[in-house]
Amino acid sequence: MTALAAPHADGCPSGLAPPDGSQQDDVSAFVRRTKGVNHLDLLVRGAKCGGCLSKIEGAVNALSGVDTARLNLSNGRMSVTWQGALTGHQITTSIASLGYGVSAYSGEAVASTEQTEERQLLIAMGVAGFAAANIMLLSISVWAGVGEMGSATRQTMHAISGLIAFPAVLFSGRHFFKSAWAALKHRHVNMDVPISLAVILAFSTSVWETMAGGPHAYFDACVMLLFFLLIGRFLDARLRRRAYAAAHDLAALQNRSVTRIDQTGAASAARAENITAGDQLLLASGERAVIDMQIIHGDSEVDESMVTGESLPNRILPGATLYAGSVNLGQPLTGTALKAASDSVLSDIARMLEAGEQRKSAYRKIADRAVSLYVPFVHTTAALAFLSWLVIGGDVRVAIMIAVSTLIITCPCALALAAPVAQVVASGRLFKSGIYLKSGDALERIAAIDHIVFDKTGTLTIGAPQLIEGDASAAALPEAARLARASRHPLSRALVAAAGPGDIAPSVTEQSGLGLEADIDGVHYRLGSAEWVGIDKRSASDGPTLWFAAGDAAPVQFRFIDKPHSDAAATIRQLKSMGIGVEILSGDKPQAVSTLAVQLEIETWTAEATPQSKADHLETLRQAGKSLLMVGDGLNDAGAMSLAYASLAPGGAMDISQAVSDAVYSGGISSILEILKTSKLARQTMLQNFGLAAVYNLIAVPIAVTGHVTPLIAAIAMSASSLIVTLNALRISLPKRATA
Amino acid sequence: MTVIIYLIPVALGLGGLGLAGFLWAASSGQFDDPDGAANRILIDEDVPLVDKITKT
Repeated sequence: MTALAAPHADGCPSGLAPPDGSQQDDVSAFVRRTKGVNHLDLLVRGAKCGGCLSKIEGAVNALSGVDTARLNLSNGRMSVTWQGALTGHQITTSIASLGYGVSAYSGEAVASTEQTEERQLLIAMGVAGFAAANIMLLSISVWAGVGEMGSATRQTMHAISGLIAFPAVLFSGRHFFKSAWAALKHRHVNMDVPISLAVILAFSTSVWETMAGGPHAYFDACVMLLFFLLIGRFLDARLRRRAYAAAHDLAALQNRSVTRIDQTGAASAARAENITAGDQLLLASGERAVIDMQIIHGDSEVDESMVTGESLPNRILPGATLYAGSVNLGQPLTGTALKAASDSVLSDIARMLEAGEQRKSAYRKIADRAVSLYVPFVHTTAALAFLSWLVIGGDVRVAIMIAVSTLIITCPCALALAAPVAQVVASGRLFKSGIYLKSGDALERIAAIDHIVFDKTGTLTIGAPQLIEGDASAAALPEAARLARASRHPLSRALVAAAGPGDIAPSVTEQSGLGLEADIDGVHYRLGSAEWVGIDKRSASDGPTLWFAAGDAAPVQFRFIDKPHSDAAATIRQLKSMGIGVEILSGDKPQAVSTLAVQLEIETWTAEATPQSKADHLETLRQAGKSLLMVGDGLNDAGAMSLAYASLAPGGAMDISQAVSDAVYSGGISSILEILKTSKLARQTMLQNFGLAAVYNLIAVPIAVTGHVTPLIAAIAMSASSLIVTLNALRISLPKRATA
Repeated sequence: MTVIIYLIPVALGLGGLGLAGFLWAASSGQFDDPDGAANRILIDEDVPLVDKITKT
């Protein structure tokens, strides 16, 4: 990459994300005005490092009238306020010209409840941590002073502890109490029921003990319990919110504005959601359609690769239907909106995603399965302990104390930390290799897959055609590139990429579906299809071709190929050796797919699949009992990806595919191996952790029911079990650990 | 040992101070953009050093 050498290269200067070439649309419909101050929320894609941050904020701040421009690097949201005549369009243009994708983001659409929840958990955790530390300070002096401390002093210490614990338990424990109450109302039992019971019982018996002047109070235990549990809860919420944020970004994708033409013929920017069927719309050159429309005027080529997976553009004439997600490569098109934005293909796919999400939620997390075993076990044990001590000893107070200490020491902390910590550590390890994990339980699912379905274009292949060097074409390349520079057509771009920088021929005209022509120094040049240069026969070459004719000389042929990623073949081979089934499911032409399948030694492939047939195919495989991993990048894959057991998307994928996938990888297709390895390791660690928690309980329960537990032992045992589980999870981040 | 009558409130007060600081930080959005905060510290104003010296 030349990114480091050239400070103003497009996109992320650290090369963490590819530059985004997508056209930004007019965002003026999203600008909010209050008292002469304009406010605009944007979603910036591709910003990954500090260099991006300073480039983007610097560029926007340099515009005249801008008051504040602040980019949140964690979620890519940017908020700009300015005064004066500056338009929203100028702001987005300045960001897009740096090589970042940018779209409007309607701030009011996200009343992000997840973020509020996460913040509340963080605050609750802080309060519990404060209370636990201070009560421990007092408790240790009580434990250390056994035999020396007077009972009045001890009672005072307990009373102060109780005063600290009371508000902390109420405040930090409310998350658990609420959830437990809701579960009980519906006659369910969840993890929060034993937690709430243990905390409330421990607190009330401690109050009773303190008032009676007894030696044991469990104030420290119940606050520490909450503290440890809240750590697990917070980590879990944070992972979950990242997944939700991705879904919100999908909504932002639909927050696009379109150009509407009113009766008088004047064009103005409008929000996509305000468009109704029958409105006249203008699709400028390079713009992505947001709404399905029927073309009434114009003649152009559109790139439908995101909708159908086909790698070559199609010609669009009046009367044709254009689907949302297609990009106009040629002249401006005018059309009638067929449906409102909410009914367009994009929204159809969004609905398919929702359906898929619901099916996916049927997956039971390992943690939930562990809890369903744990709850009845603990409660039965505590109840039995209470009854036995009541019958044998006949002392209610002793029986209650022992039952409570059983509930506390079988502390679910280790259980509650076992999964989230392993997931957080594993996602941190993946992050270092350029893989962004979207949900914690994705790791569990990915670890269990046995069959991978790949999309072709952009996933197994680079996604853009590349010129095959030939002797005859090499000489004509510089001349042909002069014409090609005037076009957006993927083949023209590939030609230019091969030719390198140079000048553009003057007065190049483009004929949609045919090619380019120009007169340079009296010579007539043509670049385009075979019929464009006057060749009748369909040449026997496979793959896309361009013909170039200079004057009356014989036309020269340029051939192109969409090359597979350099690491694709090795990755496929390794996946096969791991016993994982591999297949291709593509929307492209059979010839293109079979060539690639042979090249990568993939036996099973399907071509010309529509989004619906992709989804159907996955459903069939799923019913055949396979755990599927779908890897895809296009709009047409999104529906299928949501149906798969787990799904991955490359970093250059369409936003919607990134939003629905479980993880996004940026470092080539071999990242899949790393994801598989890490998720297996994470799953193994989680199971180990639950095993450790079970062993701990097997040791702790007999001690508790026989009445040997004091608050000191409870505190040590609780922290120790949580620590062991956490340390075990940290092993995932150790480099170069051999997978067992 | 009567000194603990003062020491315990002092200890609690100091802890409370820390807690108050944390609550402020959490509710005023200090933890909203951890990646950005980590990177912002590295961003330098790209102004030639000579200008800075002559100005001051």
